[in-house]
Amino acid sequence: EDDTKNPANLPVFTMDYPRIQVPFEFTLWVLLASFAKIGFHIYHKITIWIPESCLLISIGLIVGAIMHSVKEEPPAVLSSNVFFLYMLPPIVLDNGYFMPTRPFFENVGTVLWYAVVGTLWNSIGIGLSLFAICQIEAFGVQDINLQENLLFASIISAVDPVAALNVFEDIGVNEQLYIVIFGEGLFNDAVTVVLYSMFSFLADLPVVESEDVFLGVARFFVVGVGGVLFGLLFGFVAAFTTRFTHNVRQIEPLFVFMYSYLAYLVAELFAISSVLAIITCAITMKYYVEENVSQRSCTTIRHVVKMLATVSETLIFFFLGVVTITTEHEWSWAYVLFTLLFAFVWRGIGMLVLTQIINPFRTIQFNYKDQFGLAYGGLRGAICFALVFTLPDNINRRNLFVTASIAIIIFTVFIQGISIRPIVEYINIRRTNKDLNTINVEVHTRMMEHVVCGIEDLCGQWSHYYWKDKFKKFNDRVLRRILLRDNRAESSIVSLYKKLELQNAIDLLDTPLGDLSAAPSIISLHDEKKEAARPKRKFLAADVRKMHDILSKNMYKIRHKTIAYTNKYNLPDNSRAREILIRRHASIRRSLRPGSLRELKLLEVLNAMTDRSCVFSAGDEVDRLSARVQASGVSPRSSSRSLVPMRRLNTIQEQGGSGKSVVDEGPSGGPFGSSLRGRKAAVPAPRRRSSDREDDSEPPGGEEEALPPPPGWVPEDGDPGENEAGNPLLRHSSQTSRGSSRL
Amino acid sequence: MGSSSSSTERIPDAQELMQETGFSAAHLVRLYERFEFLDKDDRGELRLDDFEAVSELAMNPIGDRIIGAFFSPGRETVDFPSFVRILAHFRPTDTNRTRNGRNGAQPEPANSRTSKLKFAFQLYDQDRDGKVSREELLQVLRMMLEMQVTEEQLQSIAERAIQEADLDRDDAISFDEFKKSLEKVDIEHKMSVRFLE
Repeated sequence: EDDTKNPANLPVFTMDYPRIQVPFEFTLWVLLASFAKIGFHIYHKITIWIPESCLLISIGLIVGAIMHSVKEEPPAVLSSNVFFLYMLPPIVLDNGYFMPTRPFFENVGTVLWYAVVGTLWNSIGIGLSLFAICQIEAFGVQDINLQENLLFASIISAVDPVAALNVFEDIGVNEQLYIVIFGEGLFNDAVTVVLYSMFSFLADLPVVESEDVFLGVARFFVVGVGGVLFGLLFGFVAAFTTRFTHNVRQIEPLFVFMYSYLAYLVAELFAISSVLAIITCAITMKYYVEENVSQRSCTTIRHVVKMLATVSETLIFFFLGVVTITTEHEWSWAYVLFTLLFAFVWRGIGMLVLTQIINPFRTIQFNYKDQFGLAYGGLRGAICFALVFTLPDNINRRNLFVTASIAIIIFTVFIQGISIRPIVEYINIRRTNKDLNTINVEVHTRMMEHVVCGIEDLCGQWSHYYWKDKFKKFNDRVLRRILLRDNRAESSIVSLYKKLELQNAIDLLDTPLGDLSAAPSIISLHDEKKEAARPKRKFLAADVRKMHDILSKNMYKIRHKTIAYTNKYNLPDNSRAREILIRRHASIRRSLRPGSLRELKLLEVLNAMTDRSCVFSAGDEVDRLSARVQASGVSPRSSSRSLVPMRRLNTIQEQGGSGKSVVDEGPSGGPFGSSLRGRKAAVPAPRRRSSDREDDSEPPGGEEEALPPPPGWVPEDGDPGENEAGNPLLRHSSQTSRGSSRL
Repeated sequence: MGSSSSSTERIPDAQELMQETGFSAAHLVRLYERFEFLDKDDRGELRLDDFEAVSELAMNPIGDRIIGAFFSPGRETVDFPSFVRILAHFRPTDTNRTRNGRNGAQPEPANSRTSKLKFAFQLYDQDRDGKVSREELLQVLRMMLEMQVTEEQLQSIAERAIQEADLDRDDAISFDEFKKSLEKVDIEHKMSVRFLE
């Protein structure tokens, strides 16, 4: 349009690209990376064999190749500031927020040992070895001095074991190993960043005095401890703030993000470990915040945390691929190969040595296979790349470092990442000689494994329960009172199951069958008579093999695998827990005897559960949940065949019925029966109501009549029972105060 | 951690318990501490809810059965001796302690292979008739299998299991048949827990 020639006319159509260029291109990049992710998951099998990071880098390589061929430069966005201020925080926030605290604290010594000492060992070892290599004239890298080598070594010591974690979860690694790898990956980010800043500072100094080394060590501790303290401070403030947010639910998630980011930035201000600060902040905050905020906020927070982290990490890997093609490399065979070699060697030796030292202090010791898994699972990832790419240009031989790092990352991610699954499976397979097992053996041995696991849990094998107990007491008496909006004493069954069951209820609604009673695949609704009359079948070898197959694929693995937090890219998955509970629900519904007033009261109680609970995540949640599992009283094992905890099953299951209105269809005695039925009609969808204080007090009202109230059943205190027929569900108190009778 | 002394003074009948179960004093003390920890209301005995408060048991597919095993029929609480007696089943088998080393008239130790198997057997056999019927087997199978296994597949598996083990053709698995089917399995290791001191 000729608008410039004739400014008096109104331009009908204009284009102003420069104005929107930056956000536009950013959006395109993010979209592109996300499309890549969609692409991978369409064919699900791929992600089993090839870790996601591989795929992302590959796509990046392709895009880089395209850009290179059209002589385009990738956007020069990945500067130090952008990385450290914008891209790193979401990743570590995600790490901290979804960290399974219970197993972590039980293994905190080991985790820190491997993370801190291990990273130091690796950095210094690799750095020194490389420096030694640099002395050899033939390789032409003599100008790299010690500090620079150490700097580079610290960068490539940062491991990112996501791919390894996925593999381990599938094959079966004990929980201890799992949490150690997870924790190590988490904390060595912090350690690496600290080392990085230390060494880059040192690299600038022309001469390093010995006192600088001591100062360095001192600084290390200051940085570390300072970070943790800052994190705690901000975490508690955040928790305290959310105590008052019940009227502004919409911005509740904001506080989580703002406070953690603030913790990060303030720590950066004082040049202490911002990574540790944000992780600590997230851990501290999560526990209290999730009790104070509404369920929607809770879900929002989790989703957004995951989303930001995924975007950030995806971008980094993607960028890695692009930059590999487009950047100017400086290749030195010697340096790169030796780097690879030393990285392997030092990590391997490090694992051996460290494990030997720490094993005596552990109740469950690591054997050689575990150590192999630990060592081999040390893939390098996003942080490594970002750190090296943001090295200032005044670092001598920066390009060489970039090249070498990229080479290592690509090697570990592709080669190790893809091969770790077959290798670990191979090692594992040799343990059990499957062919000799009969079906009996397979079933019974798995059953025994579950039993042993359960007994071990019962005996508290894993937990240093003394300290945990002390902390819990402190927590109850002091912290919860201050930080929680609605603090109930811990022994409230209501909140416990709410969480679990509401989520179940919601999920159940998603299944094609809205009513559990019509779920034939779970329960045998087939004629039992048919079974007896059936003549003995002949089973072919093929049938038996198929059975073995079914068993090995579908039998629940023992708890030693921490299912909930396996895949870093997904939200914690509690489908297994759900299944177990759904099954129990169904079985309890079948066996629910009519006229059992107690059960009915529980039913009613649980039916009226509110949505206070957040999305269930099997780690912490179950911890708290079961701490609360005080099923009201104990009913004798009256029903001859029924399992003892039938009552308990009630409590769990009927919760599931809460939103779903899965009221038992048996005849019910007393006034509650009709109320239940009434509810059934009224509630087609899970009720996501904010609960009032009163909601939480349902149990006791009913309970008191049937049995002496169970000890420690707090809600009895002065809260009106919700036993009026039909009331709870019909009472739609949406935005009123959230009763959070929890933990 | 916990009380520093490993004295068994606080534990009633400690000596008899040690004798009966084979636990050492250190083990017993630790178990007692654990018992006290589980016993949230300091009643001196555990009730169902105390067991259920252990979160991991909630997530155990056969958690209910395990908990149920602690309660003697008709009783609603578990006192410390009963607690320990059940746990004694899981003590690692003493390889150096032969039966002859103790009084020959002693009953089968709680952690012998047979006792361990009996414990496992009773997890199946809820009605205590000495046999695991098809239905009982199916119940446990259902608990242990994920939901996508169809009923038909379940039935086949149970059928096959019974066929393999059932020697006297009564369509149920007796304890001896159970024992025989597991003769190649290292029960001593599988059903042992390393108790902490």
